[in-house]
Amino acid sequence: MSRIHVNTTVNGDAVDYLCEAEDTLLDVLRDTLDLTGSKEGCASGDCGACSVLVDGRLVCSCLVLGAEAEGRTVETIEGMAEGDTLHPLQKNFINKAALQCGICTPGILVAAKNLLEKNPDPSEEEVRYWLAGNLCRCTGYDKIIRAVLDTAAEMRGAA
Amino acid sequence: MKFQSPQTVDDAIAMLAADTNARVLAGGTDLLVRLRSGHISPSAIVDIKHISGMRDITQEDTPEGSGWRIGAAVSCAEMGEHAGLVAAYPGVVEGAELIGSTQVQGRCTMVGNLCNAGPAGDSVPAMVAAGALIRVAGPNGTRDVPVLDIPVAPGKTSLTEGEFVTSVFLPARPDNASDAYLRFIPRTEMDIAVVGCAVNLTLDAQGTVTAASMSLGAVGPKVKQVDASAIVGSTCDDASLDALAAAATEAATPIDDKRGTIAFRKDVSGVLAKRAAKIAYTRAKGASA
Ligand SMILES: Cc1cc2nc3c(=O)[nH]c(=O)nc-3n(C[C@H](O)[C@H](O)[C@H](O)COP(=O)(O)OP(=O)(O)OC[C@H]3O[C@@H](n4cnc5c(N)ncnc54)[C@H](O)[C@@H]3O)c2cc1C
Ligand code: FES
Ligand code: FES
Repeated sequence: MSRIHVNTTVNGDAVDYLCEAEDTLLDVLRDTLDLTGSKEGCASGDCGACSVLVDGRLVCSCLVLGAEAEGRTVETIEGMAEGDTLHPLQKNFINKAALQCGICTPGILVAAKNLLEKNPDPSEEEVRYWLAGNLCRCTGYDKIIRAVLDTAAEMRGAA
Repeated sequence: MKFQSPQTVDDAIAMLAADTNARVLAGGTDLLVRLRSGHISPSAIVDIKHISGMRDITQEDTPEGSGWRIGAAVSCAEMGEHAGLVAAYPGVVEGAELIGSTQVQGRCTMVGNLCNAGPAGDSVPAMVAAGALIRVAGPNGTRDVPVLDIPVAPGKTSLTEGEFVTSVFLPARPDNASDAYLRFIPRTEMDIAVVGCAVNLTLDAQGTVTAASMSLGAVGPKVKQVDASAIVGSTCDDASLDALAAAATEAATPIDDKRGTIAFRKDVSGVLAKRAAKIAYTRAKGASA
C-alpha cells in the first residue's frame, strides 16, 4: 500500500515524512522522527503523556493521525529548552521535585507552558482543571501544581 | 486504510458514497480510540476539517430564520472562546466544554459527540433543549433535521450512504431567554455523565416563563426530550420546580450499573432538572436586565 507523504513543521523546522493512514502523530514523532520525549501512556486520550501543540492548540498526539499534520505546526517537548537553557518550568520541576519516574513530565510541561501563555496568572483551581487530562502515578500532583504556580509568579516578575 | 481530506462538501459526499466502509473524521477523540482498539476497521478515513465553512461559527439572518451556525469541525474549545456564542447560548457551550480534558477539548466537536450516538454525550441535551437543527448533506442534497433524529440507538445514526453532518444551527432566542446544562459525575472532571440535564427557557418582561424545554442524557438508550410545561406560567418558584423535577424523574428510564442505580439516576434527574432550571432562569433574568 502506498504511504502518505506529509509536509509539516516540527519545533520550527520543516519536516517531511512517510506514514501509514493509521499511524498516529505520536507514532510518527517517536518512531519516524525519533522525538521520543512525547510518551505513550494509554493511547486512548486519557493520560496526556503524549501532549503536543498542533497549530498552537494543546492535543493528545495519540488521538491525531500523522497524516493530519500536513501543513500544520507541531510543537513538542523537544522544542521547549533553548539549547542548554531550560525553560523556567523545566527548572522549577527539577528544583521543586515535581517529578519522580518522569513519564508524565513531558506532557505536563507542554500543557503547563501552553496554559501560562494563555493565562500568566492562573489560580490553583485553574491549573488543576487545565491539567486534569494529565495523569501522574507518582507525585500526588501537589508538587506539580506548586511548581507551575511558582513558575507563573516568577515569569510575571521577570516580565 | 486510505486517508482522504476533501476540500468541498461534494467531494466528501462522493468519497463517502463510493465507499460505505469509510468513516468521517472530525476531532477523532472517539474515532481514533475505536480505531486503535480494533473496534472498527474502516477502509477509509474522510477528514472533513479542510472543507470550507466547516470550522466557522457564524451568525445567520435569512428568511428561513436567524441564529448561530456552528460548523461540524468546530472544536468545543473554539466554542468556549467565542464570546458571542457563549453569551447567546451559555448552556450549549457549557455542555460542549464538559467533554474530556483540555487536550480533548482542543479536538472534539459537538457533531462528533452526536454522531457517536452514545446515550451520555454531554453536548447533546442542550442542543435538544435549544431546538437545534442538524444540517445533513448527502447525494440527494441537503436536509435540516431535529437533533434527536440523528441517533437511533447506541452507536447507530440515521445517516444514510454518502451522508454526513455539515453544521448545527441554534435558532436565535429573545433577549430574556437562556439555558443551562448540568451533569452528575462521581468526580469533578474526565468522567462519563451518570445523568445529564439541559433546560432552555424564555421569560416575559415580568419574569414569568413563557416557554421551556428540557432534555435528559444518560437515562435511556438515547438522549430524551422531556416535557417542561411544569414551569411555564411560573416564576420558577419552589412548587413549579418540584413539578419539573417530578417530570424529569418520571421520564428517566435509566439502567442499573456500577455507576448508579435506577432509583439514584431517576432521583438525580429531578435534582439536576431543578438546578438547571434555576440557573437558566437567573441567566435569562440577567439577559433581560
Ligand atoms: C479522554 C476522553 C474523555 C472524554 N470525555 C467525554 C465526556 O466527558 N463527555 C462526552 O460526552 N464525551 C467524552 N468523550 C468522547 C468524545 O470526546 C466526544 O464524543 C467527542 O465530542 C467526539 O467528537 P469528535 O469530533 O472527536 O468525533 P470523532 O471521533 O471525529 O467522530 C465520532 C463519530 O462520529 C462520526 N462523525 C464525526 N463527525 C461527523 C459528521 N460531521 N458527520 C457524520 N458523522 C460524523 C465519526 O465517523 C465517528 O463515528 C471523551 C473522549 C476521550 C478520549
Ligand atoms: S498516550 Fe495519549 S493520552 Fe495517553
Ligand atoms: S512522575 Fe511518574 S507518572 Fe508522574
